[in-house]
Amino acid sequence: MSKPKPKVRKEAVPMTKQDPKERARNFNEVALGYTEEQAVAEAERCLQCPEPQCVKGCPVEIDIPAFIKLIKERKFAEAIKKVKEKNSLPAICGRVCPQETQCQAQCVMGKVGDPISIGRLERFVADWERKRGFEIPEKPAPTDKKVAIIGAGPAGLAGAAELAKLGHEVVVFEALHLPGGVLMYGIPEFRLPKSIVQAEVDYVKKLGVKVRLNCLVGRTYTIPELLKNGFDAVFIGTGAGLPEFLRVPGENLGGVYSANEFLIRVNLMKSYMFPEYDTPIRIGKKVAVIGGGNVAMDSARSALRLGAEEVCIVYRRSREEMPARLEEIENAEEEGVVCRFLASPTRFIGDERRWAKAMECLRMELGMPDESGRRRPVPVKGSEFQMETDTVIVAIGRTPNPIVQQTTEGLQVTKWGTVVTDENGKTSIEGVYAGGDIVTGEATVISAMGAGKKAAKAMHGYLMKK
Amino acid sequence: MDRTLSGLREETTNLYEIVTKRELIPHINLFEFSAEEVAEKAKPGQFIILRIDEKGERIPLTIAGADIAEGTITVVCHEVGKTTKKLGGLSEADCVLDLVGPLGKPAKIEKFGTVLCVGGGVMAAPLHFQVKALHEAGNKVIVIIGARTESQLIFENEMRQVCDELYVATDDGTKGYKGLDFLKDMLREQKIDRAIAMGPIVTMKTVAEFTRSYGIPTIVNLIPIMVDGMGMCGACRVTISGKTMFACVDGLDFDGHQVDFEELMARLKMYAPQEKLSFVFYEKGGRSL
Repeated sequence: MSKPKPKVRKEAVPMTKQDPKERARNFNEVALGYTEEQAVAEAERCLQCPEPQCVKGCPVEIDIPAFIKLIKERKFAEAIKKVKEKNSLPAICGRVCPQETQCQAQCVMGKVGDPISIGRLERFVADWERKRGFEIPEKPAPTDKKVAIIGAGPAGLAGAAELAKLGHEVVVFEALHLPGGVLMYGIPEFRLPKSIVQAEVDYVKKLGVKVRLNCLVGRTYTIPELLKNGFDAVFIGTGAGLPEFLRVPGENLGGVYSANEFLIRVNLMKSYMFPEYDTPIRIGKKVAVIGGGNVAMDSARSALRLGAEEVCIVYRRSREEMPARLEEIENAEEEGVVCRFLASPTRFIGDERRWAKAMECLRMELGMPDESGRRRPVPVKGSEFQMETDTVIVAIGRTPNPIVQQTTEGLQVTKWGTVVTDENGKTSIEGVYAGGDIVTGEATVISAMGAGKKAAKAMHGYLMKK
Repeated sequence: MDRTLSGLREETTNLYEIVTKRELIPHINLFEFSAEEVAEKAKPGQFIILRIDEKGERIPLTIAGADIAEGTITVVCHEVGKTTKKLGGLSEADCVLDLVGPLGKPAKIEKFGTVLCVGGGVMAAPLHFQVKALHEAGNKVIVIIGARTESQLIFENEMRQVCDELYVATDDGTKGYKGLDFLKDMLREQKIDRAIAMGPIVTMKTVAEFTRSYGIPTIVNLIPIMVDGMGMCGACRVTISGKTMFACVDGLDFDGHQVDFEELMARLKMYAPQEKLSFVFYEKGGRSL
């Protein structure tokens, strides 16, 4: 490992963000991205390690030093080409990947200062290209094999792009009215603008992928039907879209939302523009968000933007155990979101119209670590207290979508409802593969994309032998 | 299940065309949409979600019929708010942007014996789809259709052709029985093996209350507020025997004796102020308020 040269800046080039006070009232993107000068300056910090560790931290194995070197040389068009050799959705990944626990966690510069801002650089080149129009790689020779992808989320899109690049005919079946999955319905506009998601989906389409919307596989068609109707293989990328509830009294009162409902209304249906857009949302004065993950942060920050006076995140463990990205917790707090740790709701209390007016919580203390390695929250007896709240958003996790499993005979499923696969995404049915949250349970966008790509490679092998 | 799908669409065509539109009574329209793939699968008790345009909301509509040969599905829609009013303003050959289905579990259709079917208001239409299937399955089907007043009744003639006995009830007594109280006598006088109620919550609740003491299995078809309609949002949660269920994937049919109707009624009113605002905004031609 070579020692960093003294002239290298230890601090990362900061990225400009909207002012917290201002951004807490609008849905525009918070982080504004690097300028060319900033990107080049940041790229210059990269040591170009002969044995790069960062690549090992990337689920889709982008040649990180190579693309950064090209940025340093101001060869932006070549830099994005390099990224796209491995990743078809770079503007999305540059924004929502948890780089701090992946590529950047491995960066040697992290030992002496800030790691290279790989995510920001990826975002920069992706945005640079999108503004100029995508370059479409040459179409490969067709293999005459046809693949159905179920779900136009991160796993499905990544898999679809990969298979199209290998010359297969690919049709993505999406149940909702827009492609993107969680990128559209889950992640808010201020973190991932929807126009960027649609632009990257358009790129995937330009690779030759067809996207069929409004088609719920399991109801509109089943997997056996697809296999009988001209498809040689199927990939299941249906994700984890079912909301978990606390199962405490009063959870069905008015004003109590699952984070999924809240975010679907705001993001997919654009209810922050109601009544111009038809889908309404009701936001009260005092909002309580239950949970400590990124979805809780997204919900809390959206609630603020919708005009809530107070937004409080209620989490049963402490700050250290919060699964949300540190950056998102900081963003939320800067904007005025308050966190209340070591508390868990036991019931919601309604008014005469059956609308939430308060919730009762129990205080928690941390006990021994559980299977996740985090200290287990233990309720403190007799510590009940009440919090006034008129809007509650329950963000405690999502479970796999069950419809495909219920309607596909012979598909092996775990007791948690996830689809059983081998390490390459092969399921118990010949020609049927799966990947992403439907296999692992709720995880990250990039791990789903990695799984989609991996399965695509295995499917290619299967198809070419068939 | 593994048959060839003639309607398999690989591209999003954005063409869910209104093939037929018929005004049944003022503000209640019957639509036949061109949706071949949905028609192939649609069963009584299931629903579709549609969205009229880019800025539209997703609304659930219970399927009132399907024609596989024509590739169409039928829904009947009552104009009660902005979206339904806008839908009512569309004409034949117009299209809606999005239509997905069939969603939800199909109603149980088998030979039960004597089945009592009660349909209130606009829901007489989807009930007709189910009555037809129950009749074909060899049941004796007794149907009651109801409305606020005589002029609001729909599907009377259609229903007569597919059931064994037809009764009409109106809230104000302008046609047939006044209210549903006559049902009490009917239940006392003959053996009913199964009851099905579709319509306003009060209708379903009343039927369930009347059948309870006779121990008649009673199915109600619940359509709470929905967004995705595929189990993702939980907006449609209902309490059945003290347990939370999602109407969109666990229903729409539920045991009428176990439903928390009060909760359902409150949840249906959750967006009442917004719905009103949206309607006013629409009536003013979308200009800012």
